[in-house]
Amino acid sequence: MIRGVIAAMGLAILWLLMSGLYKTLILIFGALSVLLTIFIISRMDKVDGHKLGYDIGVLATIKYLVWLFVEIAKSNWAVTKVILSGQTPEQQKMFEVPVNQKSEIAQVVFANSITLTPGTVTVESEDDNFIVHALDFGDGDMEALTDMDARVCAIETGNAGSKQ
Amino acid sequence: MIALDWFVEIASWIAIVMGSAFMLIGAVGTLRFPDFWSRVHAVSVTDSAGMLLLTLGMCIQGGFTLVTVKLIIIGVFLFITGPTATHAVANAALVSGFLPKGADKVRRKISAKETDKKKVKKKKTTTLKRKL
Repeated sequence: MIRGVIAAMGLAILWLLMSGLYKTLILIFGALSVLLTIFIISRMDKVDGHKLGYDIGVLATIKYLVWLFVEIAKSNWAVTKVILSGQTPEQQKMFEVPVNQKSEIAQVVFANSITLTPGTVTVESEDDNFIVHALDFGDGDMEALTDMDARVCAIETGNAGSKQ
Repeated sequence: MIALDWFVEIASWIAIVMGSAFMLIGAVGTLRFPDFWSRVHAVSVTDSAGMLLLTLGMCIQGGFTLVTVKLIIIGVFLFITGPTATHAVANAALVSGFLPKGADKVRRKISAKETDKKKVKKKKTTTLKRKL
């Protein structure tokens, strides 16, 4: 019930932000659509009671995001140099990166962070490592990725034992 | 007040011009690089720097309005879906056996996996035949 109220409030705020119209008729439509959504969600809850959990801390995630933006800027500059240098990239390599996160969402954050930084793409996820393809593989790349792995591990909250 | 206006204009235009430049660089890289795997990397420049800077510039232009909120929501969604789409494309290439040079270890692993799958399939069909 409390979850439903919170979801309704969140949906209402989202709807107000997206529409920006405050006429009575439009507001009624918005309220009706929020109620319909809550109805459908509650019905889905009856089908499976599976609750989504977030095993990552908010503050730690914000800290990580700031660091990630700096990394994105750096690697963007590196790839831009490769593109504008006029040479074909010779040092392409596919390699495995060990994954130490326990929860699924942290693994997704790690995989997407690898892909988001230009120059590296997560190609395949296995049980305890990712296959990563690098455009310009250098000596420091493996260390940088293990560093990123440790940082993503740091945003996980302690009770993350729900690997499914 | 006028100084603030100037600051907003200059900051937003720097962001927009730099974002457009990164978009162009990504396009140039996509055309210039020799093979599929390096082109994926060129696209990710467009995906990250170009998208982020353009959204930032438009947010600064928008000021404290609903437009900015919508732009932030768009930015967040692109921030998540961009790499996911890149991963999907790369993974599709890998699964279909389109591998770069020097990836023999990965190739062996995949072929081992496929033979495992074939074995499983054979077992299933044999059990089915027995039942029939």
